[in-house]
Amino acid sequence: MADLDSVLAYTANLMSDIDKKLMIVLKDGRTLIGFLRSVDQFANLVLQDTIERIHVGKQYGDIPRGLFVIRGDNVAILGEMDDKKDLTQLQKVSIEDILDAQREQLQRRDEETKLRNQAMLERGLQPHGDVGSEDTL
Amino acid sequence: MLFFSFFKSLVGKEVIVELKNDLSVCGILHSVDQYLNIKLVDISVPDTEKYPHMISVKNCFIRGSVVRYVHLPAEEIDVQLLQDATRKEVAQLKSQQTAQVAAPSK
Repeated sequence: MADLDSVLAYTANLMSDIDKKLMIVLKDGRTLIGFLRSVDQFANLVLQDTIERIHVGKQYGDIPRGLFVIRGDNVAILGEMDDKKDLTQLQKVSIEDILDAQREQLQRRDEETKLRNQAMLERGLQPHGDVGSEDTL
Repeated sequence: MLFFSFFKSLVGKEVIVELKNDLSVCGILHSVDQYLNIKLVDISVPDTEKYPHMISVKNCFIRGSVVRYVHLPAEEIDVQLLQDATRKEVAQLKSQQTAQVAAPSK
């Protein structure tokens, strides 16, 4: 069973997190929270009872998403949720409210990018094709 | 494998991992694997205002492919040893190559 042993050696890191409630940050900046049911050596994941948590400033909202298989290359961070570190500094709001807040935030960012690109063009500089938000990798 | 061994020797030390999305995570290095995936315990994020989702996280696994830098504690690292290990690896590689040239039939 040398093969199995070597595979386990690579994934030993995540095997200990199985069946725990984890927070996954994806490369595109999205945050998912769910129970880790399976992993492999590429950090492909299976998440059960997943929610997507959206943060805007000090507010957050949860959207129920269900069962996920996540391809490993989209994963940035897996965090073990610690209930002792409480969320009292943050305020939970409804799905509609957080989506509205997120839309506003995106609009603001878009306008900022537009202004920056315009300012760069006026100074004879080529704006970066896609700076993107800082959440993405 | 040099960097894998190197990181293994740093287990238990406090490091700061900077990700490609500009998030920095400070924590104790718990383990590392062949892909340089990193597991940190007792983490803190300096800029919780910007990254509020990290408040409730204590231990985390960071995929090696998203790491930009690892800030190391300078006093814990024997640069001389690291240089020697690198030279040894290069010498090993060279001797392997010459052996292959000497016996090309294999």
